[in-house]
Amino acid sequence: MKGKKGIILAGGAVGLISVILGYYGNPGNMGYCIACFLRDIAGALGLHRAGVVQYIRPEIIGLVLGAFLISLKNKEFESRGGSAPFMRFMLGMVVMIGALVFLGCPLRMVLRIGAGDLNAIVGLAGFLAGILVGVRFLNKGFNLKRNYKMPKIEGYIFPVVNVGWFILLITAPAFIFFSETGPGSQAAPILMSLAAGLIVGVLAQKTRLCMVGGSRDMMLFKDNYLLLGFISIIVVSFIGNISLGFFNLGFAGQPVAHTDGLWNFLGMAVVGWGSVLLGGCPLRQLILSGEGNTDSVVSVMGMIVGAAIAHNFGLASSPAGATLNGKVSVIIIFVFLAIISYFNSDDLAKTNI
Amino acid sequence: MNRIDTRGMSCPQPVLMTKKALDKNPEGLEILVDNNTAKGNVERFLKSSGYTTKITEDGEDFILEAKK
Repeated sequence: MKGKKGIILAGGAVGLISVILGYYGNPGNMGYCIACFLRDIAGALGLHRAGVVQYIRPEIIGLVLGAFLISLKNKEFESRGGSAPFMRFMLGMVVMIGALVFLGCPLRMVLRIGAGDLNAIVGLAGFLAGILVGVRFLNKGFNLKRNYKMPKIEGYIFPVVNVGWFILLITAPAFIFFSETGPGSQAAPILMSLAAGLIVGVLAQKTRLCMVGGSRDMMLFKDNYLLLGFISIIVVSFIGNISLGFFNLGFAGQPVAHTDGLWNFLGMAVVGWGSVLLGGCPLRQLILSGEGNTDSVVSVMGMIVGAAIAHNFGLASSPAGATLNGKVSVIIIFVFLAIISYFNSDDLAKTNI
Repeated sequence: MNRIDTRGMSCPQPVLMTKKALDKNPEGLEILVDNNTAKGNVERFLKSSGYTTKITEDGEDFILEAKK
């Protein structure tokens, strides 16, 4: 499964399984949404109390464990960490907030495009603009310094946490919150969702599928490898949505989406820029977390905290549109991203070296 | 031959560092990488930039030798 064929197949599998998950109960155009699903987990753990978005999503657990198992098997599992952990935590947090202003991570943006949601095209424009800004800083020497080998057990902890989440899901103790209405209550059967995560976890680990890497590598090196996966998801989910009658072209009345164009654009611009600084989209961070990269685990933890903050502070959008608090937070985040980008770019801030 | 050390850097940094170093030393370069992802990415970049690459294992790391 090497080369371009592999990444096209992996993208195709993501597109196909997404539509199937939607058919069997996941919220609309949400076969996979790393941001939404981490937000649901944050809610299930009681970190936020938005009653409609609380569920331990088995897809997340499957993605991490799929990447973990295949990387062990192929001897690619390696505990590494120590590359600017707190900046990564904060970047994870702001990427999540941007995604919840738009209502979806880059993967869900792609799935929304494949279902005819034109708001996601506006989001894509913002996403590309954000990536472009990030790439400019990469060309000015932006980096978060190197990582180091960690004790083996460091990398095992996050996969074990995911097993723990699965046990909490199955046993459903009283202190875990499960939505009774809203998107959090809509879910494909547990084992199907887990399997969907495992399959894509394996494929994404093998192919390094990444929603931000495709456009970034095109801009940096004219390398289209990862972009093929991105396009493949759109094409296959488009075909799947057409054949199941889910395709609905337009701006209004799209599932779990709003029509506030400016904030769809700016929310995804935050996600694009922040993800370039992190070195990968939320999906990629999850996969790396399974491979023993604890810098990515820290980013994922930042995303979970970001999701909790987004709902506790009223930053997350709803189908009615973006909130005032959400808009203010996006502006603050742009200032934050500019500062982080400047001071970590070796050619700009000479004191960094 | 000039050598750069990209160990510990996460993608796309190894490729960016390779690109920068090749701009200064277009005749050839040795690149030290410490994981399969970086090895694959740097190798693909070298190929598309018209270099031939020889890969040798060095303990847990890889040395990519790029020549025009």
